This record gives sequence, structure tokens and C-alpha cells, in this order.
Amino acid sequence: MEIPFTVAERPDTGLNNGKIGIWLFLASEVMLFGALFASYLMMRIGAAPGTWPRGDSILNVPLATVNTVVLISSSVTMVMAWASLKRNDFLKFRLFLGLTILAGFVFLTIKFFEYSAKFHHGLLPSKNTFLAIYFTLTGLHGLHVIGGMAINAYLWGPGAKLWKTDPEHFTNRVENSGLFWHFVDLVWIFLFPVLYLL
Amino acid sequence: MGDHANHADIDRQVRTYIVVFVTLMALTFITVAISRLHLPIPVAVTIALAVATIKGGLVASYFMHLISERKLIYWVLGLTVSCFIAVLLLPLGSHFDLIHN
Amino acid sequence: MATLETAPAHEAEHEHAGHEHLGFWRQYVFSTDHKVIGIQYAVTGLLFLFFGFCLVMLMRWQLAYPGRALPWLGKLFGEDRMPGGSMLPEFYNQLGAMHGTIMVFMGVVPLAVGGFGNFVLPLQIGAPDMAFPKINLASYWSYFLGGVTMLASFFVPGGAAQSGWTSYAPLSVIAGQGQTMWLFGMIFLITSSLLGSINFIVTTVQLRAPGLSWFRLPFFVWAQLVTSFLLLLAFPPLEAAGVMQLMDRLAGSSFFMPSGLVVSGQAAPYTGGGNPLLWQHLFWFLAHPEVYVLILPAFGIVSEVIANNTRKPLFGYKLMVYSLWFLGFMSFVVWAHHMFFTGMGTTMAAFFQTTTMIISIPSVVLLSSLLLSLWGGSIRFTTPMLFALAFLPMFGIGGLTGLPLGLSAADIPLHDTYYVIGHFHYVVAPGTLFALFAGIYYWFPKATGRKMNEFLGKLHFWPSLVFINGVFMPMFIQGFAGVSRRLYDGGASYDFAKGVIHWNVFMSISAWGLALAQIPFIINFFMSIRRGEKVGDNPWEATTLEWAAPSPPPHGNFVTAPEAYRGPYEYSVPGHPTDFTPQFLSATQQAG
Repeated sequence: MEIPFTVAERPDTGLNNGKIGIWLFLASEVMLFGALFASYLMMRIGAAPGTWPRGDSILNVPLATVNTVVLISSSVTMVMAWASLKRNDFLKFRLFLGLTILAGFVFLTIKFFEYSAKFHHGLLPSKNTFLAIYFTLTGLHGLHVIGGMAINAYLWGPGAKLWKTDPEHFTNRVENSGLFWHFVDLVWIFLFPVLYLL
Repeated sequence: MGDHANHADIDRQVRTYIVVFVTLMALTFITVAISRLHLPIPVAVTIALAVATIKGGLVASYFMHLISERKLIYWVLGLTVSCFIAVLLLPLGSHFDLIHN
Repeated sequence: MATLETAPAHEAEHEHAGHEHLGFWRQYVFSTDHKVIGIQYAVTGLLFLFFGFCLVMLMRWQLAYPGRALPWLGKLFGEDRMPGGSMLPEFYNQLGAMHGTIMVFMGVVPLAVGGFGNFVLPLQIGAPDMAFPKINLASYWSYFLGGVTMLASFFVPGGAAQSGWTSYAPLSVIAGQGQTMWLFGMIFLITSSLLGSINFIVTTVQLRAPGLSWFRLPFFVWAQLVTSFLLLLAFPPLEAAGVMQLMDRLAGSSFFMPSGLVVSGQAAPYTGGGNPLLWQHLFWFLAHPEVYVLILPAFGIVSEVIANNTRKPLFGYKLMVYSLWFLGFMSFVVWAHHMFFTGMGTTMAAFFQTTTMIISIPSVVLLSSLLLSLWGGSIRFTTPMLFALAFLPMFGIGGLTGLPLGLSAADIPLHDTYYVIGHFHYVVAPGTLFALFAGIYYWFPKATGRKMNEFLGKLHFWPSLVFINGVFMPMFIQGFAGVSRRLYDGGASYDFAKGVIHWNVFMSISAWGLALAQIPFIINFFMSIRRGEKVGDNPWEATTLEWAAPSPPPHGNFVTAPEAYRGPYEYSVPGHPTDFTPQFLSATQQAG
């Protein structure tokens, strides 16, 4: 039994099911990170005057800047992966998606070093509310990076079988995965200045 | 991004992606550079959030194709943004509007 | 732009493609069929409702006879819960917290949304299944895992969560292991909910049959759609808060821990600087829309049953739909009426009081429309209709008693008293639960091909109606007298409660009556599966699309792809030979 509009676009909405599905999921993610940003605000405003540290006094801005460049670049490679499929170039798709996954690895590795250095110096979530919200926000973001990498790895590997039988469906899946990945990049675009620069 | 986009369309989109990428890099360096000036907090916050919003807007509009999306998606996002604003701003009342003001 | 061939017609050809024979596990346990999943949700939800009811029966013993040992059963709970059969306050608190959690998150919503939504929605829009059948499967099992986690929490050292279903910090942060399991359980449940709401929205938008335009949709579908948006956007902040509470509990952070906290004479081991109110804001940001999640599917069910059993269209259908959306939107900006006594100033109080008063308007529109729908109807007093009719005044009481709570000044004496417990139970017990019973009796024939017994149905209904009022009406009296909620002795140790404390015995006896009244239902349910009166496609002579499918529907739902030719409630159309004109019959099909 086939579900209608899985690939084809429904005429009155102009959309297929997966596209709406991923945007709805992203809407819920906006609320998830939104609540954490709201918590950041409450923590910062509630801190005794002068006790809230400047981000750059505790956190490693150069490393995070590199991470920002890495993620933005990975967003480009992600959308290029999709564009390659639109151009019928499966090999380029594999290349660009592979680069995207690799960028994810680089991001996580840098984060690993960042976290390790913090723990080594006793800068734990329990130490103050700034660190608590820093670890929670970046930690949850990091989990989303891992999730995105996992989906991309599936689409790079076993999931790519679908390209042979239903290339349009596969292209849509890559686009939808891309939407998730761009969202992860988007969250970082706000996380970076809020936590590290202010 | 309909299923009948032709090669010229995609080529144009790819050129756009490159332009957006360069812009995002530039804005990233700008925001870091400005942060080193250690401006007063309200100014620093405004500039940082403005730059982030522009960057985020570019990612959403061009990488996520939002600029050419359908009405339904805009409605869902509009609803989401209102809820986001509610959860971001209303709890602040517990800090600013207290019974022992 | 090239014209696309009509996708539905093209894909309808595939609906007849038989599916390969699935093994037992793939067909009945790990099925992707929305009907199987819907029944799984419904059965699991009913079991949790039963369990939650058992928890409160234990509480009602303690409330009626504080400190008295529970005969026979009491010893079974062990020395750390009921030493000598007599309930410890800590155990009472566990029962209270878990009763609320289980009823709301594991009972009512899974039944109302996961059960009814999953089973009925695709059928009512003429779809072969949900848009994402595998995600539907994942959604059910995530719920199941969450439920198991919650149940298991009773058996960890220290017992289950005991800081209320509201889990307020800082108490919840310093509480025992059971609270950690509550938080993980909630993460599973929230995940299930998010997956489900995405599925419902995409399905409703994309899989409507040809001819089923938006304002031809049954009201039930609209109700489920708005409910799904509430779940989608309101749950994530609670999930974020849950993560933060886990951080406080496991990583020692101080998101919700204020500075200078002292516990049992000792400084609490937290650096502080956090805000307990932040938890309340994020919790109620979900929990207020959640109460609309509890009621909207009920409104949806009652609307279907009333239209069908009055043989009349719903009064004010379009206005009802607009009210649904307005209600849904407003539900996001009223939450702090649960927080009037957290020290908020008059600006905040005035804001939330105003939005709360405004939100009562669409509620009243919905209730009034249903009441007006009865006017001039040919009412058939079937069992589903009895429950649907009772819903109206019961929800009326529940809703009206909410008004003083929403006004910050009137809330002063009523806040955190039994008045509140009476209010919300009226809406959800003789309110939503009665609507869910109506739905079970109404759609049971579609799901099983057999009707439930009418006599047993009435035997279930009448005593339930009487006893449920016996349980909850006296709570208003106790609340007015000032008896606080969550007291493990029901207020017995307070002098001012002396005049109203006897109601506890009355309420506990009523609860037993209510329990016994469910026995005809349980017997009826199981007996009718095998021995109920066999029925065809449309035993209720209804008009909506689910009645075009066979009873029970096969995999893929419809023998031929359905189409909608008119609105959802074309009953008693003047000049028509029968008193109902189904949506799914074309003009020629009707004539023939």
C-alpha cells in the first residue's frame, strides 16, 4: 500500500509529506532551543551584579570561531550534496556529503578538546550557572550534531540504495536531512556569540 | 526546488550558495572582531544578535530554501516564532515585575 | 510549470496491491498499520488509566481513614511504604505524584490522541494510513518505554517520584532516584508525542481524500489537528526543563537551585544562583496547553456523537473551528495563572488574568454550540450519546469552576486547595473520560465489526455519572473551607477542616461505587469482541468517511478509494428519503 504524496507534491499545498514533516520537526526544535535560550536569559539576569563572566574570559573564542567556520562550511557542502543529486551527479553527492560528515567530526573533536580542558581546570556545570547553561546548550547542540551525522552517514552508505530505485525520493531525503543539518548550523550561529562573545 | 528544476536553475542556486558562504565567513570574522572591542553590554548584545540574525537569515533563506517555500511552511514557522517569543519574554516578568517592587 | 498528473488517482491503483503475509510479530506487535497502533495505544492507555485509578483508591483509603492500616493488602506494600499496613506520608506523596503523571501522560492523552486519533483520523479523511507509518510505530514504542520506566520507578530505593506531577524545584532536585526515572520517562513520553503530532499534522494536510476540503472535515479531525500543534510546540520547553533538572540532579548544576538553600538544617550542596520559578515557567508552558490537549479530542468525539445522534448538523460548525484555533493560540499565553502566588507583581498578574478570561470565550462557544446542536434534534439515547450528553454539563461545571481560579484575587483563598482538585477533575474525569467512553462505544463497531451491549452500557453509564459526582463535588466544599491539596491525611490535623473532613469518607465510598460501575464496561468490552451483535459498515447511519470502510477495515482501509461529495453532517436534509446523506456517496450512488 502506497502513501500518496510521499514523493509527488500535493497540488494544493505544493509540498510532499517529508518536507512538511521535517519543517514541523524543526519547529519543535526551535521551541526546544528557545526554552534553553530563555533559561540563559533568566540565569544571566538573575545572577548577582558583576558575577556573570564575559564569555571570552572563560571560553576559548579562537577554537569556537574555527568551529563556526567548520559548521558554516559543512552547511555549504550539505546543500552542494543535494544540488549534485539534482544534477544527477552521484559521485559528487558522495563527495560533498562525505565532507559534511567529516566537518561534523572536526566540530565534535574540537568540542571534545574544549570540554576536556574545562573539566581539567575544574570548570564544571556545578561551578556556576554560566557554565551550567554553557554545557547544557552546547551539549544538547552536540547531540544534535551527532544525530545529523548519523542520518547523513546512513544516506551516504546503506540509504543510498534508494538512488537507484527512486532517485527523486532519495534526493528529497537528502534535502530533508540537509534542512536538519542547516538548523544545527543555525543554532550554533546564535549559540556562538551569545555564549562566547557576550 | 520542484522536481522539474533544470540545470540552469541549479547552477544559479550554486552560485548563490557560494556568495552566501563568503558573506557568512565575513560576518563571522566581523562579529568576533567587534567582540574584542569590549563595547558596553547593551551595544554589544544588539550588534551580536543583529549579526547573528542576518547570518541565520541567510542560512534559512538560501541553504534551507525558505525564501522560495510554500505558504503552509511560512504559517507553521510564524506560529512557532510567536510561541518562541512567548517562552523567551514572558518568564522575564518573574524578574522584572515582583510584588515587592 | 509542467502539469502533474493527479497524484491520488495514480496512486490509488497501488492500493489494491496485496501486501505479503506478515508474521505474528510484524502484524500485531510491531505493526505499521494505524489501526493496530491505535488499538495498542488505546489498550495500553486504558490499562494505565486502571493503574492510575488503583493508585488513587489507595490514597482514598488513607484520606477517609488517615493512619488506619489497610486490611489484607496493606502488608503487601512492605515496611518502607506501609509499615503494619499503615501508609507513610512519603508513599502517599508517591501515589499522588504518580497518579497525576500516569493519568495525564500515560492514560488520557495516549487514549484520546494516540488511540482515537490514530484509529479514526486516517479513516475519517479517507486515507489508507498515516503519512509516516514507521514513525507511528516508533511513537507507540517510545510511549511504551516511557510507561515502563515510570512503572519501574516504584521499585527503586526511595520509591517513585514524590514531588507532585508538577515536580517543582528545589524539592524535586533533592528528591530520591525515582525523580530521575520520572525525568527519563518524560523524555520518552515527550518523544513519542512529538513523533505522533508530526504524523497527525502531515496526514491531515496531505492525505485528505479528493473533495474533502478543509470545511468539509469532521470536527473530530480539526480537534486532533489543533491538539497536535499544541503538543508539537508546547512539549519541547518541558523537555528542555527536564534536561536541566537532570543536570541539577546528576551534574550538580543550579538551574533551579536558589542561593543559600538549607535542607534539614544543612546548607544544600549547590552553588546556587538558579531560579526555581524557571522550572515553573517551563513546566506550565507545556502543562497549560496540555489541559487543552486533554479536552480538545473530547470535544471532537462528543461533536461526532452528538451530530450522529441528533440527526442534525452541528450548530455553528465554522465558528467552532475558528474557536478551536483561537483557543489553541491563546493557550500558549495563559500559563502563569498557575503561578499567581509566586510573588509576581500586578502587571504580570493582570496580563495572565486577562488572557485567561479571554480564553474562556472560545471554550464557551464550543460548549454552547454543542448544547444548541441538541435543539430540535431527534435524539437517540444510545450509550455513546448518554456519555456525550453528560459531558456537556460536567464540562460546564469544570469550566465554570475554573473562572475564579483564573482571577488572581479570587484565586487567593482557592489556590492549592481541594477546590482546584475538584475543578480539574471535573473537566478531565466526567469531562474527557466520559467523552472517551462515548468514543469507545461509538467506534467499537468500526474497529471490531460488532456492537457493544446497550443494556450493559447503560448499567455502566448511570452509576458512573452518580458516583463520579459523589467523588468530586464535595471537593469544592472542602476547598472553600480551606483544605489544602496534597495533604497526606486529607486535612485531618487542621482544626479549620473539622467541619468538612467527613466528606472524605463520602468521597471514598463514592470512589468505590465508581470502581464497581466500571465492571459492566469491562465485561461488555471483552464479551462484545466475540459475542457482540454483528454489524455492517455503517451501523449508526452516520455521514463521515470512516463509515464507508468495512467493519473492521482491512489493511489499506477502503475497498475503493473514497471521495467526499458534501459536508460532514448532512443529516435530515429536506426532501431526502433517509435522514442522513453520507459524505462519501455521490448523487448517483445515493439514488441507486
